[in-house]
Formats: sequence, C-alpha cells, structure tokens
Amino acid sequence: MTDNKQPAGSSFWNDTGKTGITSWIFSTDHKRIGLLYFYSTFGFFLVGVLLGLLLRIELMAPGRTIMGAQTYNALFTVHGVVMIFLFIIPGFQGSFGNLVMPIQIGARDVSFPRLNLFSWWLYMGGAAIILTSLFTGGGPPDTGWTFYVPFSARTGTNVSLAVLGVFVVGFSSILTGLNFVTTIHRLRAEGMTWGRLPLFVWSLYATAWVQILATPILAITLVLVMAERLLGTGLFDPSKGGDPLMYQHLFWIYSHPAVYIMILPAMGVISDVIPVFSRKPIFGYKFIAFSSLAIAAFGSLVWGHHMFVSGMSDTAILVFSFLTFIVAIPSAIKVFNWVSTLYKGSISLEAPMLFALSFILLFSIGGLSGLILGAAATDVHVHDTHFVVGHFHYVIFGGSGFAFFAAMHYWLPKFYGRRYAEKPALIAWALMFTGFNIMYFTMQVLGMKGMPRRYYDYLPEFANLNLLATVGSWILAAGMVIMLVNLFRGLWWGVPFEGNPWGGATLEWSIPTPPPTENFVEEPTVTHGPYDFKGTGKP
Amino acid sequence: MSHAAHKDYAGAKLGMWLFLFTELLLFGGLFLLYAVYFKRYPHEFAAGGKQLDWAMGTANTAILLTSSLCAAIAVTAVQRCELRRAVWLIGGTIFCAAGFMVIKYVEWSTKIGHGIYPGSAHLKEGPLGESIFFSLYFMTTGIHGLHVLIGGALLAIIALKVRSGEVTGENYVLLENGALYWHLVDLIWIFIFPLYYLIL
Repeated sequence: MTDNKQPAGSSFWNDTGKTGITSWIFSTDHKRIGLLYFYSTFGFFLVGVLLGLLLRIELMAPGRTIMGAQTYNALFTVHGVVMIFLFIIPGFQGSFGNLVMPIQIGARDVSFPRLNLFSWWLYMGGAAIILTSLFTGGGPPDTGWTFYVPFSARTGTNVSLAVLGVFVVGFSSILTGLNFVTTIHRLRAEGMTWGRLPLFVWSLYATAWVQILATPILAITLVLVMAERLLGTGLFDPSKGGDPLMYQHLFWIYSHPAVYIMILPAMGVISDVIPVFSRKPIFGYKFIAFSSLAIAAFGSLVWGHHMFVSGMSDTAILVFSFLTFIVAIPSAIKVFNWVSTLYKGSISLEAPMLFALSFILLFSIGGLSGLILGAAATDVHVHDTHFVVGHFHYVIFGGSGFAFFAAMHYWLPKFYGRRYAEKPALIAWALMFTGFNIMYFTMQVLGMKGMPRRYYDYLPEFANLNLLATVGSWILAAGMVIMLVNLFRGLWWGVPFEGNPWGGATLEWSIPTPPPTENFVEEPTVTHGPYDFKGTGKP
Repeated sequence: MSHAAHKDYAGAKLGMWLFLFTELLLFGGLFLLYAVYFKRYPHEFAAGGKQLDWAMGTANTAILLTSSLCAAIAVTAVQRCELRRAVWLIGGTIFCAAGFMVIKYVEWSTKIGHGIYPGSAHLKEGPLGESIFFSLYFMTTGIHGLHVLIGGALLAIIALKVRSGEVTGENYVLLENGALYWHLVDLIWIFIFPLYYLIL
C-alpha cells in the first residue's frame, strides 16, 4: 500500500512522514483503518466468490460433478461463514463507515481511535482462527453458517474453533458499534444537527445500535455451543433435557437483526448516491432517517420467521409472520422516497448511480420474495429450497453487495485522488447485472419447483435450469473481474480525481482530495443540509 | 479538536454505558434459558436449588456489595484528590473479589466432588431437569466468575495508574468507568443469587 504514484501534495497517505507497513497496521487514523478494513473484508469477499463459483460448478449437472457430498457441505458452510461474518457484517461499517463517517459529521477521527484499531485487530484475529479451523482438527465445519444443533454439537468437523473465531469477530463488531454511536453523539461539528446528518450516517447510527444490542446474544449462543461440544452441558440436547429450538431462538435473535447490519448501511449509501446523481435534494429526508431506526427496531422482533417449520406454536408463527410484514413498511418507505428523488431529477448515469439504481430493483425483488417467505402458509411450501437461496442473495448480494460496489466507485477515488475509467465500469456493471439476474432468478424458479438447498445432487428434471444458473454465475464473475481490474488500476494509475467532480454536498467533498490526516484544516461549521446542492460546482 | 476528543469525559462514559448494555444482554441470553427451562422443569429446578449452599451464596453477596461500596468511595476519594485513600479502597475491592473467588472455588469443588458437573455420570442418571439446572448454574456462575476476574484485573491496573499519577482528581474517568464495570459485575450477581439460591 506504500505506493509512489500517489499524487504529489500532502494527504493522509504521506503527511505524517510514515509510510511503512507498521504505520498502517498500528495507525489510529480512521482513514487508514478504513482502508485496512476495506482490503481485508474485500479480500475475504473474493475468497467467498471463488467458493460460490465452485458450488455453482458442482450444481452444473446432476450427480457428482467436481466434488462429493462432504466437500460440498464444507464449501457452502465456509462460503456462508466467510461472506457473512468476514465480509458483509464488518465490511460496510469497517471500511466505508470508518473512511467516510467521521468526515461527514465534521470530526477529525472517531471517539475512540485506539479502540477502533483494536476492533480491526480483533477482526483479523477472529478471521485467523476461522481460517485455522479449515485446515486443522476434523477439517472445515460442515454445518452451514447457522451452526444448527444437534448436528453442530455432534459433527466431528472443526466446529468449536470456527465458532470461537466468529465469537471474536462478533466482539470486534460490538466495539465498532459502540465507537460509532459515541462518535455520532459526541463529535458532530458545530452546526451539524441531527437534521443535517447525511443519511449514510443515519444508517450507520441505526446499524451501530443493532450491533450493540444483538451481537451479545450471538456471543453467548456460540459460547453455549462450545460448552455443548467440550463439556457436554446438554442445554440444547434433548437426551439431557435441553431443547434444540432454544438454540434456534437465540441464534436468530442475533442473526435476523444481523441482516439489517448488512443492509442498513447499504441503504445509507444509496440515499447518499441517488440525490447526487439526480442533482436534486433527497425526497423525504426525515422519513428515510427514521425508517432506518424503525427497521432496526422492528427487525429485532421478527427472528421467529426463520423457524416456521421448526415446531413453534401456531400463535408464535402468526405473531412473527405479522411482525415480519411490518418490517416491509419502512423498507418500502425508503424505496418510494428514492424513486421520488429520481422524479424530474437531472439524472446522470455514471457507475455509482447505475449500481445504486440496480440496488433499488434487486432489493425490491428480494424484499418482495421475502414476503412470500414471511407468510407462514407459503413459507411451508418453499422453506429450505433454492427459493430461499435466491431471495437471500437478491437482498444481500443484489442489495448490499451492489451498494458496496456503488460505494467503491463513489468514495474510493476520493481517498486515492485517482479514478477509474468510466466505460469499462459501465460494461462491467451491465455484465454483472445480467449475470446476477440469470443466476439468482433461476434459483428462485428452481425453488418454486421444489429443488432443496444444501444438496450437492438433484433430480434430473432440474438440470437445465441449474445449468442456466451456473452460466449466469460465469457472466457475473466476468463482469466482476472487469470491474476490479478497472477500479484498482484506476485508483493506482488512473487520471487524477480532484475537487468535487460528482457535485456532492456532504462534508467529505469540501476537503482536499485525498484528505489530510486530520481531515479539516479548520474546524468546520455546517451551514447547510447534506443534499443542498446550491453552489457545489455542477449546475 | 483532537485535543478535545481526548478529554471528552461524557463520550468516554457513554461508550462505557453502551458496553455495559452489551454485558447485560450477554447474561440476558442465560437468564432467558433459565426462564424457559424453569417453566419446563419447576420441580427439578427446586430440587437443584436446594442442593446449593445458601450460606456461601449469602456470604458472596455480602462480599460483593462491600466491594462495590469500596469502589464507589474510591471514586469520591479521587474526586477529593485523596489518592492514597483511593488506592487502599481499590485494594479493598480487589481483596473482596479474591474472597468471592475463593468461596466460589470451594462451592464448585464441593459440587464437582459430589459428581455434579456438566456432562457427569451422576447427572445423567438423575432427572433431566436437574442436569439442565446444574449446566445453567455452572455456565452462569462460570461466566460471572470470569467477569469478576476481569474486573479485578482492570481495577488493579487502575490502582497502579492512580499511584503513578495518570489518574488524578481532574482526570479520573478511567477509575469511574472501572467502578461502573465493577458495579455491573455486582449487579449481575444480585440477579443470579436469588434465582439460583433463594427462590427455588
């Protein structure tokens, strides 16, 4: 990361006079920590992508294609664990939250810079433990990323170590959350009222609360799984009086809110990108801001919809189903407001905007298919089929993933002072969007036809659609390769990126590119809202 | 501003309170399991609770309350710049923590000596609910004991910092946060004690 091709002039890359590797991994500067998080989480994303491609190749044809059942079980488990716990949960908060949030609120850093660095180290420690679990003991875990008992308590694979790694990563997530809540409360610049916070900051704020309030439940649940395996406590084991359903409750009390840790910051990115590229103030600022909090609040009450066929009472199913439909309301509020922002806007279809627009479409498809799963009667039909896999990837990959790509194209040039080429970015986006829909829409159709998830083999009647989905995965991957080559080549060797080329009105566009270590030469005083575009350069 | 950030007492305390919430929720998971299994096995829980030594539980409650009192007075002492007294008071808290752990050790080893521990042959032969009760007992008091050790270590570090002059009458947020953590450890025990020793 010590690159000589950075533009001359003083910035956080060089103005402390330190450029060696230790100046990065022991830095307390939020921008350096943000880039550390970005490269580590995104590295794991690429690992997860490779595993996903292997899974699709196995499913290309019925029967054994390239791997047997046990390898397939291990691969989809590791794909899930890596993507969820090592990429998308820490990814947004850690990388773009750290890079952008302190600047957007007019602060020089987060409230606890050393704790921030410690969070990254914890994350790396947890990741190292998870990686170790793959190559030691009984081999990689084969339980699925949910670690469901009783199987996770009995399988001979290396579940205990993997669970310990997730526990450590969870601790890192908690510390980031409390750091961000404190920062947003305490370090806003003069004039940066709650009503002037960029919507990305609002979404990070809601997310941070979910991290603080939900993650401890995951921690205790994972400790209990380890105790179950190592000591034989039997708290989830029916033969010792325990109840496996209690594991599922505790696990989803965290893991359902956790999907909002994944999607809320993504919604924040979209809320920041759409007004900038529509040249229009955001429509319904307050509604978008409060819908983030509403999603965080209601999202904590719907975990039971993962357990409709697990043996809960009918009353519980009814209540959880009803609450699930309530969460759809704040999500829909956001979608309507984004679309209203576009209306009569002066839309420029640059790369960040294309990713943001496809977010709206893909997230809506994912959200609506979620309602099919949220209604108990239809859920019984499609539970544990490829429909769930398709739904989940529409929300988390088509939603959060595409928003992550939007954020990469929108904000990374700001921190590098160089930018990517526009045309390859558009080609990459088109390929990814096409491949994505071919792959995951086909999965939803397959699920409707009854193909179960988590099997390496299937009935011959599903062969054609599976082949189609696998071809889709290759188109998606090809687009991603073009995107990455173009983006990173641009960031290191591309044309200079200076001033405020997008015409954004949030504070990060008012400071030098790349930003200096302390962000602001003088303490800023905020006099206008985050989407007040008068006088930001572009007409 | 970076200067101001280092002196942001309200921010430091806000962060600590948020952290305490996460600790409460961590134990919340265990209390949730207690509630569910208590409803399922009320008689076995009662039988299990009667096997715990209420005298030792009471002694430990008294010890922890005293330790919390010492920690609270230590904060006041530092505010009045009576640093020597503060160090002694923190020492009192740590001494109480050690006493708590000794009693806990005696309790645990007696139980284990009787063949009562998670996954033991003795519990396997008994009723299911009793095995669940003792598994929960060992998990909850074990994790709480771990917090006592962490809290004691934290306070020991803070006592050294009071002596070395890093924590003073003007700059005592570290001690305040350490005492807050200690009160949390105390508070959780205040819930564990009746649930396991008294009401059953």
